[in-house]
Amino acid sequence: MSESYQIYPLGDSALMVEFGQQISASLNQRILQKARHLENQHYPWLDDIVPAYTTLTIFYNPLKVEGSFPYGKVKKMIERELSSATDEEELSSRHIRIPVCYGGEFGPDLEEVASLNGLQPEDVVKIHTDPSYRVFFLGFSPGFPFLGGMNERIAAPRKKVPRKKIPEGAVGIAGQQTGIYTQEGPGGWQIIGRTPLSLFSVSQNPPALIMPGDTVSFVPISREEFYSWEETGWE
Amino acid sequence: MGIKIIKPGMMSSIQDQGRRGFQSLGVSTGGVMDPLAMKLANVMAGNPLDEAVIEMTMTGATFECGEPARIAFFGADMGPVLNGKQMRMGQPMELKKGDVLAFGYAQKGCRCYVAVQGGFDLEPVLGSQSTHLQAKFGGLKGRVLQKGDWLPFKRPLLSDHTRRIRWSFYLSPALSSYLGNRKIRFIPGKQYNWFTEEDRERFLNQSYQISADSNRIGYRLKGEQPLTGMERQELITEGTAAGSIQVPPSGEPIILMADRQPTGGYPRIGEVISVDLPVLAQKKPGDWIRFEPVTLEEAQKLYLLQERELSALKKIVQQKMKE
Repeated sequence: MSESYQIYPLGDSALMVEFGQQISASLNQRILQKARHLENQHYPWLDDIVPAYTTLTIFYNPLKVEGSFPYGKVKKMIERELSSATDEEELSSRHIRIPVCYGGEFGPDLEEVASLNGLQPEDVVKIHTDPSYRVFFLGFSPGFPFLGGMNERIAAPRKKVPRKKIPEGAVGIAGQQTGIYTQEGPGGWQIIGRTPLSLFSVSQNPPALIMPGDTVSFVPISREEFYSWEETGWE
Repeated sequence: MGIKIIKPGMMSSIQDQGRRGFQSLGVSTGGVMDPLAMKLANVMAGNPLDEAVIEMTMTGATFECGEPARIAFFGADMGPVLNGKQMRMGQPMELKKGDVLAFGYAQKGCRCYVAVQGGFDLEPVLGSQSTHLQAKFGGLKGRVLQKGDWLPFKRPLLSDHTRRIRWSFYLSPALSSYLGNRKIRFIPGKQYNWFTEEDRERFLNQSYQISADSNRIGYRLKGEQPLTGMERQELITEGTAAGSIQVPPSGEPIILMADRQPTGGYPRIGEVISVDLPVLAQKKPGDWIRFEPVTLEEAQKLYLLQERELSALKKIVQQKMKE
């Protein structure tokens, strides 16, 4: 299979491979397979691989590449790896159910998202919990999943004035995206609920609960269930 | 045991070369802002180049030794004083129990690095001792240093000294001349051609001032004219690098630094080259810089050259320490 892609330098210690211009699950799947394939080669110069919607960013250590122009060498090796057959790379994909307590103190913007879309709050919850979302990649903060597949009927613009403090576990909507805050911090997303699950913990291996390529769905829980939720290991 | 923080300074934290291999989980690389100063401090302390150090910002900390230690520091000139006596930057010293080392305001530069021979005995998290301040892990309890903290050493100083020694050699002051540089070289980036010719010229011809809301995540720049000529195209979120120069709709560039997020959605005019990241890291809010484009070939040549010089220097210091 011939691959179409373009390679760009990203500063003097990284390069970016662009596989297309359109966000799609199949393109992203191919990118995740390529990432896995490159990881499996264990190149000593390879520092990090960062998949995104349409790109793969490869960080390399120029000091561990022989010759006076490390980029040229690394680019050639990447091209060789990309042209080798990698479709058989097995990617384990799991489905993860995220319990969410919607509205009230946990989802202060649920009513606003509803009225912006001419819906009742319970409709927003129904529409939000209906699909199975694809995890394209993680970014923004440790373990933060970029999810695809939200229904446009509950889309909502970011808050005009971002909140100074959004708690860990907050579930929000920004434009046509939905996401889960994995660490406390400022943010402009419309917050519709909160999960008692912790999505990132350095004491777990891997430290992220949700991984690229997984699918996620949201399950509504009550306030009581939120407070009595007990963290169990990620098995 | 180890050293005790008497005064923490404005923002002091434990940093090393940063985390590798976890960016795909959304974890910033972090690490020191000025890798050159870290390496030079480590060379003089007799450490591997990337041993974790204390990074002090703008106003330095005051330490008290709980046991003998060999230390060295490099970077911004924070007027270091040992038991009331002025000290020289880049000179290894053996301190004894009870010695007090104090740093003040950075007269020149912004960040100063303190290395202790053998390093600090702090559990690495995800392969690094760097403090991840946003996610609150790594370093000492995932936070900046506070009054009363103890930083334990990995191993006690082997030579049992009860006296204070100042080694007779030190780094040439010329090595810190980069603190005063204003020129920041960059490699034009993937979206360079998205910018109008006028904006690209403007970017090269005007000076930029580091604004007050700059930090370890990014440096915000103010220029006379914003770069707003571009017809806005939507960028699909993609990877970023330390040194990426993002241009948000305001037209005022932001340079991504050590604690940047692994991915971003603003177009980038280019990437600052590795050997100039230390120059940038030593700039304070209010300082001025100018950009100059270079080729990738040139950037990598400069980087390899700098590393060769560092390993040569390391050999010389090792030899001196044996004498």
